[in-house]
Amino acid sequence: MKDNSYQAVMSRRNEIMKKAIGIDYATFESDGIGFDYEKMMHETGYTLEEMQSIQGETGVGNTPIFELKNLTALARKCSEKGKGARIFIKDEGGNPSGSFKARRAANAVHHAKKLGYKGVIAATSGNYGAAVASQAAMQGLKCIIVQETFDSKGLGQPEIVEKARKCEAYGAEVVQLTVGPELFYQFLLLLEETGYFNASLYTPFGIAGVETLGYELSMQMRERVGKDPDVVVCTNAGGGNLTGTARGLIKAGATDTVVVGASVDLSGLHMASDSQFNKKSFTTGHTGFGLPFATYPDRSDVPRSAARPMRYMDRYVTVTQGEVFYMTEALAQIEGLERGPAGNTSLAAAFSIARELDEDQIIIVQETEYTGAGKHIQPQLSFARDNGIEIKFGNPKDQIPGVNIILPEHPSLIQAIDLDMEKIRKSVVKNAVQNNNVKSVSKEDIQFLMDETGMDEAFVLSVLRELEVKF
Amino acid sequence: MQIKKGDWVKIHRIILTSEQRAPQVPEDTKKVPLEMWVKGFAQSDSKLGEEVTVKTITGRLETGKIVEFNPTYSHSFGNFVPELLQIGIDLKDILFGGDVDER
Repeated sequence: MKDNSYQAVMSRRNEIMKKAIGIDYATFESDGIGFDYEKMMHETGYTLEEMQSIQGETGVGNTPIFELKNLTALARKCSEKGKGARIFIKDEGGNPSGSFKARRAANAVHHAKKLGYKGVIAATSGNYGAAVASQAAMQGLKCIIVQETFDSKGLGQPEIVEKARKCEAYGAEVVQLTVGPELFYQFLLLLEETGYFNASLYTPFGIAGVETLGYELSMQMRERVGKDPDVVVCTNAGGGNLTGTARGLIKAGATDTVVVGASVDLSGLHMASDSQFNKKSFTTGHTGFGLPFATYPDRSDVPRSAARPMRYMDRYVTVTQGEVFYMTEALAQIEGLERGPAGNTSLAAAFSIARELDEDQIIIVQETEYTGAGKHIQPQLSFARDNGIEIKFGNPKDQIPGVNIILPEHPSLIQAIDLDMEKIRKSVVKNAVQNNNVKSVSKEDIQFLMDETGMDEAFVLSVLRELEVKF
Repeated sequence: MQIKKGDWVKIHRIILTSEQRAPQVPEDTKKVPLEMWVKGFAQSDSKLGEEVTVKTITGRLETGKIVEFNPTYSHSFGNFVPELLQIGIDLKDILFGGDVDER
């Protein structure tokens, strides 16, 4: 009988993964710390046209863009004269499963079917689960979603419980677990047992699926206002949303567009802590995923993640839980759009950044998500209150994640906070060096680190010197 | 409660005991087991709270204690949060002016 202990299964991970994704990642590896990212995206991904066709077959993509005129007017009332960019939003909630994740899932499930897999498995507590389940339903494959749902008292975030319902509505099997990184262990066991495809969020085809979003953004805005957006804001967690969108913008030739990542500030809360699990009111789009994945993308469930946000990110900001909840309510009350809340992380950031920009500039929030029972600001705030979190009006900057949620007393108090990009880029280099256990790097490695950080050689060399790594 | 073969139930099973948990988990998480819930058709007559094998919707077999018969959803829109009401009122006041009597 097979040894299914934690250690034994984890030691089989590479072998299990190879069978479950159909990619031999070794072919992209080079000596040292680097690998050929573009080769991986090229050989295992799809062309933009192919993806548009794959997604089009299941009604994914080509979502509308709305101009948020009242929110723009509100931003201008809170700005210096002449400031306050026009705010637009791409209504990705209009995709079949209710979020932009349908783009990733469409590609992944299509690919699984093409390779002859009978089913797909994804480990996700987020919108991606519903997206994979929906695509599996359309393309006739079986589907299992593995979720981290409950704390040790059996209490689940209403948002995650709703996502389980949605997956089941599409005919998927949902395996629900308590808190802990060993979800990955159970995930591997399921892959091994079923022989299904790992519809990971981080495969080349999944990430490439988001390129159509970035491409559409550029094309739609050129048609509508005659130019590319000045700024695109992406909610950032695992980095795939930002990576795919930025790659799509580049493919459209929108190289001057500034790409901003935005995450909800959950600093101080440990993501694998049983007792803190229900103290957070966001299950995704927060710094608990955003920063670790930005600084070390290969921590994901595939050997090499195709989501590498620091290659493309120009600026990274955080917003507070209270600010996002407030903007979600504002979107409904003055724009007539009931969406989110998690997708509105970038909306809260965009509202703040719009006030720095000139009136004739354009800022786009590149996604919305569906809302409903459980997954709506009211149940989430109500759940927080039941879990001892204080909810009040005040200055969001006084928030303590896990202790209180502060709704801004006035919209002018919504203020995105810039993270230190240099520090994050240094961490990218540091993690790449330390996790590969190297004492010296090659010329190719230096080029790889330049690509990974989006910086020049002088920057990479200075960090390597600090780390006492030879080159 | 009697469960008949073929009934749709939710089962519960311990995946890893607290001793078997991964070394990197935080202390509070290490104190508790990793638990799993899954739904399926009971493969034999049984009782609520007893162990049974189920066939899940994808056709897998799983064994665990029955915790719910005809498991349903109980998530909702939660309790009313009055602060939310205030946001719309404030924003409309800032944008479009309040109820000022202009006579």
